[in-house]
Amino acid sequence: MAEAPPDATRLASEARDRVHFEEEALGLSDQVYRVARHLAGSREEADDLVQETYARAFRSWRSYQPGTNLRAWLLRILTNLNIDRGRKAQRTPPMQGLEANDYFLYDRLSESDGGISDEDRVVERLSQDDIVSALSSVPHDFRDVIVLVDIGDFSYQDAAQILDIPIGTVMSRLHRGRRILKRELAESVLEEGE
Amino acid sequence: MMGHIDDPCAHCEEMMQPYLDHILNEEEKIEAEAHLSECDWCRRRYRFEESLRVYVRQVVTEPMPAELKLKLAALRLPLE
Repeated sequence: MAEAPPDATRLASEARDRVHFEEEALGLSDQVYRVARHLAGSREEADDLVQETYARAFRSWRSYQPGTNLRAWLLRILTNLNIDRGRKAQRTPPMQGLEANDYFLYDRLSESDGGISDEDRVVERLSQDDIVSALSSVPHDFRDVIVLVDIGDFSYQDAAQILDIPIGTVMSRLHRGRRILKRELAESVLEEGE
Repeated sequence: MMGHIDDPCAHCEEMMQPYLDHILNEEEKIEAEAHLSECDWCRRRYRFEESLRVYVRQVVTEPMPAELKLKLAALRLPLE
């Protein structure tokens, strides 16, 4: 059998690489969506953002380095697009008095239910709406980190690369963001109890 | 970690997030676990935090719309 010309071999190999890349990227779409849904303000925005991300990824697949974290690479595109879409800067809330400590949500929930002894049941006092709404109230900078680490299961290191911030900033934002989230949840419980 | 010599529960509270994230050093971890082994009050709050993290993750996860999946597949570039 005659050997294929070098150009044809190269093109065939590139086509195989590209198909492989696209399939791998599409295989991660559920995980990308899970994060996008809460980085964006609404389902519609998340839908657009994910489509834009994949369109860009498919166009620039050559810049992806095989063997590195493709999920983080896709999320990096997505977060940059999200910022480009003119996400409004939000003022960081003052620390004082807002999220004084880490225990207060538990205290609030167990108090309002007359002292529940089973911790696994205490969380069930929070409805899905309470949590989705509280998460969306957390300022972007903090929410991005919570969504990547606590919901998207990214490491601190990956989150730092995706957001282009130092790892120490990821940790401090995560710590504070979780407190803000709990404060929002405690407020929603308080409102419901009124 | 900041010192709360007079209030071990306040100190334990400060260690909760790093403890659950597995980023305490060995000495701090032993310290936190020693307190948790004798303090039911803190232990309940740690357990709650763990359940809360799992619960938040479960309830905010929405399945990706099937149409979106099809739209993404359609974005693939045609082979030259």
